[in-house]
Amino acid sequence: MEGGSLVSELFIERLNYCIYVILLLIGLWAMLAKRNLVKKLIGMSIFQTAIILFYVSIAVKKDATIPIYLAEHDPHGSHAKVATEENATENQVAYNPVELKPETVKGYANPLPHVLMLTAIVVGVATLGLALALTQRIYQGYGTIEEDELLDKLDRADERASQSPIIKEKRNAQRRKSTQRAKAKAAAGSVTKSNMAAKPSAVTKGKKKAQPKKSPSKTSATKAKPKPKS
Amino acid sequence: MKLLSLIPVIAIGVLLLWAGQDFPKWGDVESPASKSPVSSHFIANTGVDTEVPNMVTAVLADYRGFDTMFETVVVFIAGMAVIAILRGSSIGRPRRKDHEVEAEPDLIVTNTVRLIVPVIQIFAFYVLAHGHVSPGGGFQGGVLMGASFILIALSWDLEKAMSRFPIERCLVVAAMGIVLYGGIGLLSMMLGGEFLDYAELEKILPVSREMARYHAMLGVEIGVGFTVAAIMFVLYANLASEGRLKEGL
Repeated sequence: MEGGSLVSELFIERLNYCIYVILLLIGLWAMLAKRNLVKKLIGMSIFQTAIILFYVSIAVKKDATIPIYLAEHDPHGSHAKVATEENATENQVAYNPVELKPETVKGYANPLPHVLMLTAIVVGVATLGLALALTQRIYQGYGTIEEDELLDKLDRADERASQSPIIKEKRNAQRRKSTQRAKAKAAAGSVTKSNMAAKPSAVTKGKKKAQPKKSPSKTSATKAKPKPKS
Repeated sequence: MKLLSLIPVIAIGVLLLWAGQDFPKWGDVESPASKSPVSSHFIANTGVDTEVPNMVTAVLADYRGFDTMFETVVVFIAGMAVIAILRGSSIGRPRRKDHEVEAEPDLIVTNTVRLIVPVIQIFAFYVLAHGHVSPGGGFQGGVLMGASFILIALSWDLEKAMSRFPIERCLVVAAMGIVLYGGIGLLSMMLGGEFLDYAELEKILPVSREMARYHAMLGVEIGVGFTVAAIMFVLYANLASEGRLKEGL
């Protein structure tokens, strides 16, 4: 009994909400789960359609007509014409339309959601065009619109960028500083040991120790490393 | 990843369906949206205030004129952005030839389009100008007009359509639409009203205050139609040719 009432409440009397929720979920899922950027945009469009359906469906009134005046309520319709013919000379003054009564208002669908969605549709097309342009630009730049491939390429591009001359120079300077520090440390150690002959080995040791600290465990670091003086 | 994204999707779906039980029923006359004083006011007073039978047009261009103006600006900016993103992006890039078929425009297609394009364009003007008394208006008419040029581009090639409606002229027309809209707003401001208070235009038009709003709405809709038509074609021309503006699909 309880379930039956729920079904009639939700799926018969409010079918429009079910349809809009389903469309909305399809769009949301496409935006979240799909890796292809164009598929994501299709999801966005479906999402938008769901919202438009929702708005338009709440504008519906039972037994109401579209929000355009019927002839009997139309200020330009038969009423108005009679009024102007009767007072042909002073029609501007005599023509005095009255606002609709609440009973008649109920006979017209709600115009406001229609207005909102009218602009939303066109703006949606424009923004979709903008999104497609961005996607096209991404394709031109990276040769793919698959998100995971794109991320891979971006990572690789980052790596390449980290080998740019400026960053290389910075890293070299840092490395030089730390080798000097290591040298100084090694020198101090050798002094305590009072073994001058062991100095070169101490230096290499210090270098070896300092190396993993400086180089961020990347293959590029070995390339960028200053060559040991021979 | 896909399973992970299914969790929020299902959660949101359950929440929305659960909340859906509290929504008004389908076609409920007493639903909050329909019972609200705003929409009742629009339905009751549009005819008195503006003499426009189509309430949607009146609400769009008059009561919510400010909103519509900036919606038009959004369309304009989107077109500008597409040009900015794609123009020159494919210079020196070889055009992909793998999906291309070298063929003359088809005789049947081009002749059919030759026949129906004038009809589409006249219908676009009709929808634009008749938007006060029947479903229609600037957005719809503009889209129809833009579609007629897109149809030319599809059946011949982009050059053919661009020779009718070059991109520079598109931009001028699009900007003109905004200027027309804003100009009507400014004009009513200069005549002593507020921005987009069309009733003040009665001082320069030989009509009543209501009919001044009626006619100003037509002007505003024409502005919207200009912008939308031009930007629709700009979007197509740029997207179809990756910003090259030639050859196209």
